[in-house]
Amino acid sequence: MVKTVLDIVIAGLLMGGIYAIIAVGFSLQYGVARVLNVAHGEFIMLGAFITWTFYTIVGINPLVSLVIVGPFTFIIGFLLHRILFTRLRISSPSPSDFEGNSMLASFGLLYIIQNAAILIWGAEVKGYSYLTSSVNIGGAVFATNRLVTALFAIGIGVAFYIFLARARIGKAIRAAAQDSTTAGLMGVHINLVLALCFGLGAMMAGFGGSLVSMMYSIQPAMGFQYTIIAIIVVVLGGLGSIPGSFIGGFILGLVGSIVSYWQPALSLVAYYVLFMLLLLIRPKGIMGK
Amino acid sequence: MKTLRVTPKSYLLPGISLLVLILLATLPLYTPPYTIVLLTTIFMYVVLTVSWAIFSGPTKYLSLASAAFFGVGIYSAALLGKSLPLLAFVGVGAMASFVLAFLVGLLTLRLRGVYFTIFTFGLAELIRHFLLFWETNITGTRGRIVVLIDNDVVFYVMLVIFVLTLLAAYFIRRSKFGLALQSIGENEEAAAHRGINVTLVKVITFAISAFFMGAVGAIMATKWTYIDPYVAFNPLFNFFPVLMAIFGGVGQLYGPVIGAVVFTYLEEVLTTRFPYYYMLIFGIILVVAILYLPKGLVGLVQKWRKSTPAVKQTPLSK
Repeated sequence: MVKTVLDIVIAGLLMGGIYAIIAVGFSLQYGVARVLNVAHGEFIMLGAFITWTFYTIVGINPLVSLVIVGPFTFIIGFLLHRILFTRLRISSPSPSDFEGNSMLASFGLLYIIQNAAILIWGAEVKGYSYLTSSVNIGGAVFATNRLVTALFAIGIGVAFYIFLARARIGKAIRAAAQDSTTAGLMGVHINLVLALCFGLGAMMAGFGGSLVSMMYSIQPAMGFQYTIIAIIVVVLGGLGSIPGSFIGGFILGLVGSIVSYWQPALSLVAYYVLFMLLLLIRPKGIMGK
Repeated sequence: MKTLRVTPKSYLLPGISLLVLILLATLPLYTPPYTIVLLTTIFMYVVLTVSWAIFSGPTKYLSLASAAFFGVGIYSAALLGKSLPLLAFVGVGAMASFVLAFLVGLLTLRLRGVYFTIFTFGLAELIRHFLLFWETNITGTRGRIVVLIDNDVVFYVMLVIFVLTLLAAYFIRRSKFGLALQSIGENEEAAAHRGINVTLVKVITFAISAFFMGAVGAIMATKWTYIDPYVAFNPLFNFFPVLMAIFGGVGQLYGPVIGAVVFTYLEEVLTTRFPYYYMLIFGIILVVAILYLPKGLVGLVQKWRKSTPAVKQTPLSK
């Protein structure tokens, strides 16, 4: 009994790290750039497929391909914001109009990226095995890749937090998050900073996708469930709060692992129920102001 | 403009509408079956789009729950199609959607902006996943066969729903109720201070729009013969009404109608010509429509009309 509880808790915490960095990216895109990016999961899918391609065809270590996936998804995100969302922001009459329009545009992106991926890689399920030897964590036995990906996720999250807190550009991002108009008046190049945020958000998704592909099988339609997870974690933790995203990520990881132990088919239903209850009871989230 | 206006034109519109209606009602007598089937689909999308616009147009609450209400209608037809007459199960489907929307509206219409949108999107997903779980684990069967009904009958029922939806949309716009809805969209606090029961107005309108979606779902299910949760609660139906309404232009009543007609025809062509690229093209159209047609086809035509006079107006705000 104690052992199953330990199994469930540790599995949840290990998954929580990945949920957290995915949510940090989403939170950055919505909290600062005001784009509710429904296509966030598609960047996760892209990251996963690029990692898969490099591993199975070229033979590059999945952990090394993080260095390729990160800049690649960053550039796509950055360009998308420059080409699409900056224009929308200027042409929308009010911020709330922009939120609606940009969300619909990102739904369009979701279909474009997902179907492009189907054309490139085909619709079937793919996967590879990496670091599958088992490791013992305080009595609970897990595949090594679980532990490694969780450590990488936490490492990336902490590095990103330090970047936002210390770097000059991180300061500009935080200023834009508080009040983008005033930040612009203070000399922050606002369009550039927002595009940067969107790109960084896509990069976090790419990292997440790379890590996910080491543990699970992947397919072009996998993205949306991670978008839902990102939305729930962000609402749970509080919008725009990085520590909140981590707390939310670990909580959701735990909930997911408890529900899938009891009834795997219901885990998505449980997420939705949790999410709806949360929206009704405390839409601001745990760390929200 | 959005004012209540009575002009000599008020005789013209009913006259033309009546003529068009007579033409549509006699169509099955002299057109091939394909036209009837295509028209039924077009009517379905027009009803979905117009009923979406009844609520989301004036209030600016972007609802993505269409698939949920549509799907409830579809499942009503699947469950009751064999035991009840046609009009009865269409009515039950409509009422079931109405009640669901009423309850959901009571719970969620306190939420603002994107939170409302995400919540409504989650609704169809929640129902779909729950039904899938239920069908695979409890009943052990996936999907259902729906009773089959003659094409012409479906067409006439659809035509009646179509007319009722347009009438409802028209009269809601012209009434005090419609003005209340618009003032909620402009400024909700101000509307509340004016003495409008904001919650009641929103919830009732949301439920009315769901009523028509449910009815259309129930009648459309009979054409599909086999349905399962994936078909009935297909998330695409959350977006089609929004997309078609934006494509046509949300400002006027005829905007969503034009958008739905043009788009359905486009979809028909795309699915037959490019079955593999269809979804990709759909995404591109969505992005391009939002980027270049913020006021839809109707807005585009109005802009042409305005820019033809010699002096071009330069927009003041940028």
